Amino acid sequence: MSMMNIFNVSGSAASAQSQRLNVVASNLANADTVAGPDGQAYKARQVTFQTELMGATANDATSAGVRVSTITEDQSAGRRVHDPKHPGADADGYVTYSNVNAVEEMVNMISASRSYQNNVDVMNTAKTLLLKTLQMGQ
Amino acid sequence: MLNRLTDSLDFQAQALSLRSERQRLIASNIANADTPGYVARDINFAQALREATGSGAPAAVLRASQPGHIGGGAAGGRAVSTLNFAAPSQTNLDRNTVDMDRERASFADNSVKYEATLRFISANVRTTLSSITGQ
Repeated sequence: MSMMNIFNVSGSAASAQSQRLNVVASNLANADTVAGPDGQAYKARQVTFQTELMGATANDATSAGVRVSTITEDQSAGRRVHDPKHPGADADGYVTYSNVNAVEEMVNMISASRSYQNNVDVMNTAKTLLLKTLQMGQ
Repeated sequence: MLNRLTDSLDFQAQALSLRSERQRLIASNIANADTPGYVARDINFAQALREATGSGAPAAVLRASQPGHIGGGAAGGRAVSTLNFAAPSQTNLDRNTVDMDRERASFADNSVKYEATLRFISANVRTTLSSITGQ
């Protein structure tokens, strides 16, 4: 039943994409966070995908799943706004916001949700085919 | 006698297992659509089926240095060398060569052909059954 492996492959991809969606959600939630007492504002996070072989043997390259290998923080400088009345303002009157780019995150979100849907579709088709295989010869 | 009954099914069975293998391969490609550096792969179905049913020269033969060794590429065995790399239609910054349009089309095409093979087998079984019962 080599088709059973499709559920592992597509399932791993769906799980990786949902992890990406999770990171996008926390980035968007923190889009307007200001720097804390340590002067460090929230840094946007980004997932990196990596292929994970899921075949029966170690070098069976026909079933390649996905896993999240690392979550990296964007090291670019945060947005600085001059607002001396703000409680989080520094000595020069500047407030440092997080470096999240809301437009980039929205694009990332749409891409992740489309990929997720694709994998769910693949699993549905595999399920239909397997059910039809079970009825073979009847 | 029983051999003759199952021989006709054998070809379809090989085709079905190759179809399911191709389905798995395309599912892997779709799963890795966002993985940096992933190279999309596919099998040449016609060639793989010829090799699996023993009617064509296998792409790779195991070297048999002793008389007891089993030669590769016999009927039922499939060499991994039939895995091909899909040529990228558009280059990507992260060196990923999955073309989602093509993969979705191949996936749909392969599902339909898988179902067709299933129906061939069902019809074959029904024919055999009706010839046994003689009705």
